[in-house]
Amino acid sequence: MRTIWILSLREFRSFFDSLIAYIMLILFLGISGFFTWLFGTDVFLVGQASLGAFFSIAYWTLFFFIPALTMRLLSEEFRSGTIELLLTRAVTDRQVILGKYLSTLLLITVALLFTIPYVITIGSIGNLDVGAVICGYLGLFLMSGAYISIGLWASSITKNQIVAYLISLFIGLFFHLLFGMLSTSFTGFAGQLFTSLSMREHFDSISRGVLDSGDLIYFLTLIILGLFLSEVSLSRRKINS
Amino acid sequence: MDISIENLVKKYGGQRAVDQISFQVKTGEIVGFLGPNGAGKTTTMRMITGFIGPTEGKIKVGGLDIADHMDAVKRRIGYLPENNPLYQDMPVIDYLLYVAGIQGIPTEQQMSRVAEMIRITGLNPEKHKKISELSKGYKQRVGLAQAMIHDPEILILDEPTSGLDPNQIVEIRKLIRELGRHKTVILSTHILSEVEATCDRILIINRGKIVADGTSDLLRKQARGEELLRVRIEEGDPNEIFKEIQALSSVQNISFADGETARYEIHCKEGAHAAREVFQLCVKKKWIITEMIPYETKLEDVFRELTTHSS
Repeated sequence: MRTIWILSLREFRSFFDSLIAYIMLILFLGISGFFTWLFGTDVFLVGQASLGAFFSIAYWTLFFFIPALTMRLLSEEFRSGTIELLLTRAVTDRQVILGKYLSTLLLITVALLFTIPYVITIGSIGNLDVGAVICGYLGLFLMSGAYISIGLWASSITKNQIVAYLISLFIGLFFHLLFGMLSTSFTGFAGQLFTSLSMREHFDSISRGVLDSGDLIYFLTLIILGLFLSEVSLSRRKINS
Repeated sequence: MDISIENLVKKYGGQRAVDQISFQVKTGEIVGFLGPNGAGKTTTMRMITGFIGPTEGKIKVGGLDIADHMDAVKRRIGYLPENNPLYQDMPVIDYLLYVAGIQGIPTEQQMSRVAEMIRITGLNPEKHKKISELSKGYKQRVGLAQAMIHDPEILILDEPTSGLDPNQIVEIRKLIRELGRHKTVILSTHILSEVEATCDRILIINRGKIVADGTSDLLRKQARGEELLRVRIEEGDPNEIFKEIQALSSVQNISFADGETARYEIHCKEGAHAAREVFQLCVKKKWIITEMIPYETKLEDVFRELTTHSS
């Protein structure tokens, strides 16, 4: 556990050393602030003290930002060869994967914490449904967890960061958009299957304030599957070819 | 801590990068892997450190099979990979503290271990810089420092002096020599003078196989039994000189050195020294020796012989 923490702390700091973290935080806060307060269906247009606008824009900004954070996690180590240093230390492959996963989740958590001023200011101009806000944040958090896991796997299969970004965006797009679209054009079992695979479905359900075990299972499955496959692709080097 | 390797094989695709290698390294020995590029040195080292798994064969470190005790073995090995990969954007001290952390050194001892490493490797003037700002020599020292931070009993160094300038090479070699007094060291190189300068024992690897194993003196002896003399003899008829020397009891054969008159190459018989006899002969005949250079077989020659024959 201590080792995982040391690994993820280093990774977390390197987000800041390489300025990625600052760029990501500024863009995330800027874009979500802009759409929450100033443009489109912002709070003043809706006339309600609700964070709905924020959640729906964060739903998309995180979708694009997370692959940009995860793309370098392992690809960079493969390219520079530092993976060899890392994996010949007294750490297991699983600890490396978990450390990298947690570092990115930590950064996303920090980004979400920075949006708390939005909550406070909106809460001060009207009656805010605190439960809905907490559930909305939980939805964003779980969704981020799933996409980080997918992004980590994409990063574990290539030396090239751009390829890793595109792969995770491509896979993400299915969950984010395409499964939802497909579900409307299919009926019966296929329709149900696509509905249950759609991120929107589960995200909306959680941010409406309904904590269904099905939603939790959906997110946890994606997270664990991504982590497991990442570990497999990292450990493959040891297997006899 | 000894290392024992049995019938190690690593296949990449259909090709055998390492082919049935077996050897033992005793505690406290400094062993040099010597071989042309692509001979299988790095692959062998990667298997010992557990970075990649062998296709066949066994690796035992301190009696423990690494297939079953990887974690215990990893704590005892310090590894400097080829090309010395480092996190370029970290400061030296932070990086060493991080490595100390993941190697499981207790928090309260980490700072003193790092200070110790910085002292041993002479990194003190550079310790606050980012790694990317260091010169190649200092980066190499950081690489050595991170390999030794947990005081491993075994050090595995893949081309520890590559890319360094001559002064730095001398310093790093001295450092390795000092370390080798207490630790088992395996280092790889394709620079011959390096193994001669630092290693107790040499393993020459070519095309995935061990083609020679022994001290540098032993290898030289094995490669060519006889001594070679280069002499320049003035005055006197070259043909007569040639015949007379050929007739000496300690001389295997003599030949004219290419392109030059009055220069000869004399191969001595095994175990014999021809210098005295040649001298006495020349005195008797009143020939004048202006040069006499005994040539030892160089390790370069051994190496070339062993690694080019089979290709």
